[in-house]
Amino acid sequence: MKPGFLAKNPSVMWFLLILAIFTLGVTFLSHAYGPGVISTSMVKTLGKTLCLCLIAIAMDLVWGYTGILSLGHFAFFGLGGYMIGMWLMYERTRDIVLSSAGSFPMTPQEVNDAIGTQIFGVVGGSELPAIWTFAGNLPMQLLFVVLVPGLLALIFGWLAFRSRVTGVYLSILTQAMTLALSLYLFQNESGLRGNNGLSGLQNIPGVSAGQDQLSVWFLWASAVALGLGYIAAAFIVSGKFGSVIRGIRDDEARVRFLGYSVEGYKLFVFTLTAVIAAIAGALYYPQAGIINPGEMAPIASIYLAVWVAIGGRGRLYGAVMGAAFVSIVSSWFTGGRVPDIPLGFYTIQWVDWWQVLLGLAFVLVTLLAPKGLSGIVDLLEGIRSPDRHGDPLGPDQGSLQQKEAQE
Amino acid sequence: MSDHVIGAQPGNAQLEVSGISVTFDGFRAINNLSFAIGPAELRAVIGPNGAGKTTFMDIVTGKTRPDEGRVLWGETHQNLLKMNEAQIARAGIGRKFQKPTVFEDQSVTDNLMMALKANRSPFSVLVWKAGAKDRARVEEIAAQVGLADQLPRKAGELSHGQKQWLEIGMLLAQEPRLLLVDEPAAGMTLAEREQTTALLVDLAKTRAVVVVEHDMEFVRRLNCKVTVLHEGSVLAEGTLDHVTADQRVIEVYLGR
Repeated sequence: MKPGFLAKNPSVMWFLLILAIFTLGVTFLSHAYGPGVISTSMVKTLGKTLCLCLIAIAMDLVWGYTGILSLGHFAFFGLGGYMIGMWLMYERTRDIVLSSAGSFPMTPQEVNDAIGTQIFGVVGGSELPAIWTFAGNLPMQLLFVVLVPGLLALIFGWLAFRSRVTGVYLSILTQAMTLALSLYLFQNESGLRGNNGLSGLQNIPGVSAGQDQLSVWFLWASAVALGLGYIAAAFIVSGKFGSVIRGIRDDEARVRFLGYSVEGYKLFVFTLTAVIAAIAGALYYPQAGIINPGEMAPIASIYLAVWVAIGGRGRLYGAVMGAAFVSIVSSWFTGGRVPDIPLGFYTIQWVDWWQVLLGLAFVLVTLLAPKGLSGIVDLLEGIRSPDRHGDPLGPDQGSLQQKEAQE
Repeated sequence: MSDHVIGAQPGNAQLEVSGISVTFDGFRAINNLSFAIGPAELRAVIGPNGAGKTTFMDIVTGKTRPDEGRVLWGETHQNLLKMNEAQIARAGIGRKFQKPTVFEDQSVTDNLMMALKANRSPFSVLVWKAGAKDRARVEEIAAQVGLADQLPRKAGELSHGQKQWLEIGMLLAQEPRLLLVDEPAAGMTLAEREQTTALLVDLAKTRAVVVVEHDMEFVRRLNCKVTVLHEGSVLAEGTLDHVTADQRVIEVYLGR
């Protein structure tokens, strides 16, 4: 009578199994631990893809389950990346400064100044800004990965939800937030090297292993984070909390009259998903090697919504499928490995035309297959949509549509 | 027979609304309305369209703020105007909408579990697990509203009447001390209406119940004190026979 967590969430077992097989497979085909069938750059791409899957889960929680179409979650992703990037860059620069000084004794002040000149010379500065105070302290920067984006989400969400901004207006507000943050970081005065961003993040200070091995370690770290994120998300959506947030998605006024503080729940989910996004970002950028404010441009967050839509929102595995599929196909198309199509009068170069293809896919999925890729799973399992004559499942804008629902 | 015997006496009212007014774009939807109901009383509110019945409910449940007046709740005379919808609901006011509003994408069990009286804060809901007592309570309520064999079904698959019953069941699960019921008989069969009447009369033995209704036959069956609203204020109050004999009531409502 009392079904366990796994019985209620059959997708968790399958997900963890597939994730484990995938990670093991890549490991034993990599350069470091196998014959090298999969190149190190490919391992990095796959590791980054796992991080994107994790932020897609966050997006699915906030949009697919709670109905808040946030177009700003990449801001939190980027902030998480910046926070870990500060430590990586500071420590590596410190190592360089110390080794170039050789046997000359340096006071801590001299070391600090030298690091400042090294890092900020590119933007014409030499002082380490105040926000770099803890850059040499790994535990503090790891704490900031969670705290800084979490606090930003908490304050922003509190202001937005308290005023009962919903639907399109909230989406625009989140866009404005990510745009403002990105523009601020583009300034040299922001203290994070302006449009240069932080670089050299692929080198982990104090680790002598090469990139071949590091790439596999980060793949594992990303896989563990994704697995834990999936389990946590499944736990959140399967209990009464899940009932409440799905209620908010479909009919928030009704949830209010049941005595639940809708604003409190939205704030909780928004902040939690911001933290998940930040953790994903903190794992992503050491694999990417570089982060700059362009990563936080509004378009990135829109892509995130597109991935979740293509995968199928309102199911966790849908979000993962969408993010994995689109980002792998994207790196295939933009990697220049797809042959151009000469039409005689014009040559289709996929590096440019891939975006058009993606946009077209988004439109087609929205119109023809609202369940997205997860519709394939439904087909295999024989899950059907209810026949509601086109009625959505609630009066709110974000509510589940007939085609997205399960009978 | 005196009409005032069945009404609430000032001072021991469960809900006391006094002198509220609200204006929408110059239209006075509620005009100096006063209303009181005792802790265990059934009351029918009738009135023509636009009389302010729904606005009245909106004010009590916190959806609409009045321009002036007071709304006091319970023995401690809590000021409801300072609370939001969720706080008012937690204080013990439940509302049944005219159109059945249940969570269509979720099972009957989930709908009832969500309504079940329990701590509503996100953190405690996150770690909340349905105990044997909660499941028994849900099954009991489901049996009470005739949905015992529908528990695993999605609410969206239920018939219109069943959704009405599910919503009533959700109200029961909330264990409110005041129930505001908007046209409960709408879309129900004759047998279901009789069942509803019996349930409402039974509920009013232990709590306050306000029923907004158009259907005179239904109101007659409730056999309770009636408040007639017209143009945002109380036109008449008393037994159904008393108010239907009132000349002004006949003019604005019954006479047509």
